[in-house]
Amino acid sequence: MDAEAIFRELQKRHPKWTLAVDAAAIDPWIEVAPEGILDACRTLRDEPGLVFDMLHCISGVDYLAAADRKDAGSGPRVEVLYHLSSMIHRHRIVLRVRLPRWKDDVPGELPELASVSGVWRTADWHEREVYDLVGVRFLGHPDPRRILCPDDWQGHPLRKDYEVPDEYHGIRVK
Amino acid sequence: MTTFLLQWLNPPWLAYALAALVHCGLLLALVVGSVAVCNWAERKIAGRVQDRLGPARVGGRFGWLQSPADGLKLLCKEDLIPADADSLLFRFAPYISLGASFAAFVAIPLSNDWVAQRLDAAAFFVLAVAGLEVFGVILGGYASGSKWSLFGAMREAAQVVSYEVPLGLCVLVPVMVAGTMNLVKIGNMQEGWFTNWLIFHDPFTFITFWVYLTCAVASVNRAPFDLAEAESELVAGFLTEYSGFRWSAFFMAEYGSMLAVSFLAAILFFGGWNGPVPIARWFGLMQENGPLAGYLGNLLGLANMLAKGSLGIVVMMWIRWTLPRLRIDQVLTTCLKYCIPLAAATFVGAMAWTFVARGGLNAGNDDATTRPGVATGGVQGEVAMTKSQ
Amino acid sequence: MVMERISAELVECDVHTDELLINMGPQHPSTHGVLRLVLRTDGELILDVIPHIGYLHRSAEKLGESLAARQWLPYTDRLDYLASMNMNLGWSLVVEKLLGLEVTPRAACVRVMVAELNRIASHLVAAGCYGLDLGSFTPYMYAFREREKILDLFEAACGARLTYSYIVPGGVTADLPNGWLDRCAAFLDQFDPTIDDLHAVLTSNDIFIRRTAGVGVLDMKTAIDYGCTGPVLRGSGVDWDLRRDGEPWYARMYEGYAFDVIAPVHGHYRNEAAYPAAPRAAVVGDCWHRFFVRMIEVVQSMAIIRQAMDRYRGTDASMGQPIKATQKLPRGEAYLETEAPKGQMGFMVIGNDTKTPHRVRARSSCFCNLSVAPELCRGGLVADVPAVIGSLDLVLGEIDR
Repeated sequence: MDAEAIFRELQKRHPKWTLAVDAAAIDPWIEVAPEGILDACRTLRDEPGLVFDMLHCISGVDYLAAADRKDAGSGPRVEVLYHLSSMIHRHRIVLRVRLPRWKDDVPGELPELASVSGVWRTADWHEREVYDLVGVRFLGHPDPRRILCPDDWQGHPLRKDYEVPDEYHGIRVK
Repeated sequence: MTTFLLQWLNPPWLAYALAALVHCGLLLALVVGSVAVCNWAERKIAGRVQDRLGPARVGGRFGWLQSPADGLKLLCKEDLIPADADSLLFRFAPYISLGASFAAFVAIPLSNDWVAQRLDAAAFFVLAVAGLEVFGVILGGYASGSKWSLFGAMREAAQVVSYEVPLGLCVLVPVMVAGTMNLVKIGNMQEGWFTNWLIFHDPFTFITFWVYLTCAVASVNRAPFDLAEAESELVAGFLTEYSGFRWSAFFMAEYGSMLAVSFLAAILFFGGWNGPVPIARWFGLMQENGPLAGYLGNLLGLANMLAKGSLGIVVMMWIRWTLPRLRIDQVLTTCLKYCIPLAAATFVGAMAWTFVARGGLNAGNDDATTRPGVATGGVQGEVAMTKSQ
Repeated sequence: MVMERISAELVECDVHTDELLINMGPQHPSTHGVLRLVLRTDGELILDVIPHIGYLHRSAEKLGESLAARQWLPYTDRLDYLASMNMNLGWSLVVEKLLGLEVTPRAACVRVMVAELNRIASHLVAAGCYGLDLGSFTPYMYAFREREKILDLFEAACGARLTYSYIVPGGVTADLPNGWLDRCAAFLDQFDPTIDDLHAVLTSNDIFIRRTAGVGVLDMKTAIDYGCTGPVLRGSGVDWDLRRDGEPWYARMYEGYAFDVIAPVHGHYRNEAAYPAAPRAAVVGDCWHRFFVRMIEVVQSMAIIRQAMDRYRGTDASMGQPIKATQKLPRGEAYLETEAPKGQMGFMVIGNDTKTPHRVRARSSCFCNLSVAPELCRGGLVADVPAVIGSLDLVLGEIDR
């Protein structure tokens, strides 16, 4: 099934949350509203025609500078990408979720997104990594801790405005 | 030797003390020397098994200086006692192991009547004393204050204690066939051709030997039964916190026990100091042909014992460098489900065999007890060296 | 061969002790690097395993944002440092995918050869270290002896023995030197029979079977759910290999090569009469099958290399032009997974019309494979933890990035 068909299938179920599709991109993607990510993922996994049984990767991407954004009109944002594929139907798709960089535009308040770790267990550690490095809070995650950085690390290193701390427990970092 | 010294020295306690000192020195030399050789041999054999050379440069050729170099390195290492350790027990434990492993040699004859202390219950004594080694390991692991060490100690306790049972049964089979626990007598009974060896006495003793081998490897903690150390699981088990000389004391104890169980196997199953072919008798190197002939015969016997003991150690090394390690439940299953029933069955079988098919060795049994050179006394028994004086 | 039979021995335990928390690692002989596992045990019984990672975190993704695509290549060497060629390949392909860059047939042949050689080297390390984890030191030496010879071949090709940076976006750094193919062929002929040595000391060794068969059983559903890939997934009976089933951008490299995907589908391997038989106690998805899949993949890789050598001889000498460090990356996102020895290694690159990517992402196969470890260890014994961790074949450089 190609991206357009997957999009139509998804839109049939969740017309409100299925926002856009780009089938011409190198890796075709579908944009889903943040509120609908969990339902969209469940549909993608369970619908007999879709059966996305494998979640490969969850990546967070921070778009701060206007030059980095494809559509220069839109504001700064964090995107979360889900790379999915189906072993049975041999098709793949990328889910894209756009989040504000900060929740309610209050700097320091992390944006929130529903966790899909109940849909694919792969998401468990990947969401922890996105939280750790990009700074997205996953609601309903069973174990929302940092994973690569120490538990008491300050900041989220893959944010574009991240400042490396001078020292960590007396160890020079910079 | 004691009688010899008693003639010359007054008061008698001086003679006893001197005799003890000499015996002790000789055995210590034997054990430490064999540890040094074993250490080198272990590396060399491991190397050959693994398709490499092993030590080749220390000392010029064959890496013959490897063991002294290792020893020197160990002595130079910092002697660490962890802050959480029970300092006294931690320091004391290696010497319990080493002492126990060394004490077993007191009752092991190295040739006809060449034994530090002749005991009627020598087989029992060796098992009992060698079994004490486990206390050092348990204490050391428990006193280290480390969880990995504790795991090692608990495994050692479970494993060694359960393997003592089949090991004892296996020793009991040749003891029963021979009708004595006196290792000198058991050895002398097997004189002559190798067909007189107890392993070939009947099918049951033959099976018993293989059970003995399994249990002996397990009771000295060698791979595939080295669970107390279990490098890939427990870091180094009970040895985790030890370094330097204390570590080497455990190391020496392990090799000492290997040698002890190998010697015991040689005496119980493989004719002891009697070679496969009665060369000593052909050349008249017997006690009855005079002291010098007896002495030379005993030297030949000593060479036999050392060869058989080394063979046992080489087999253990060969096994270690070939097999993966068992899991604790499998180790205990091997003991309880296979070794104990098998040992018990061979015990009954051998008993029936000796009862039904009398002859062969039992004829020799009567010979041995009546031979003039062999005394019957236990503690009063004298070392053959004395008689050759 | 009855594979569906459940033969994992249940440990009956009616004596309970106080729970003990033990740190296995970050310094431990069998955690394959700096992995820390917190074991919650009841005596020897494992109640839970909590992995802690990140001890080797080197900010590889962050560094990628300030380096050109060509400059980040050496960092991929250091992800799975036991299979650097495959890491180079993954990154090069994804950059090529973004740029729409084709490589010449000869460069593709060289890539196949070195990637498969490195797969053999990686699987040899896995097999040797697995022996070590189970207390058998000798297979490790056998495996490393052969791996040395592969490293010699790599040294001849690119000058490095561990971190190659040989496969670059646009091709490879240099064509193979004269006589390399003959050396490679001689190596394969010599190496072929030595696999039997490893089968003898490990695969069909009774103690090895007792330690691995029925231990750490990972069923197909859980494996897919946790995103397990590579030999771990195939060991669970899933017939899935990106070299055959992957995206065309990657899989076309292997088009026309005859090789089997090794997986015990319904308990049976393809052409299984050619290999040692699976023991009766082995269950699909256990440690034994994960190990065995790797051992047989080595044979398949050898077949691929032999075919690639023939194909290489038939190509013209054009090697293509590797990209320069000044190469601008167009706007857009590209994600590609390749079949690395440890599993599916994914790279993502997001370009923004400058030399340096906007975002670099490495999807680590070991990361997902490790995340299933607690499921496999629970209920086993302490000694099963190294057996399970070893059978997952982890490299912490790749997990922590």
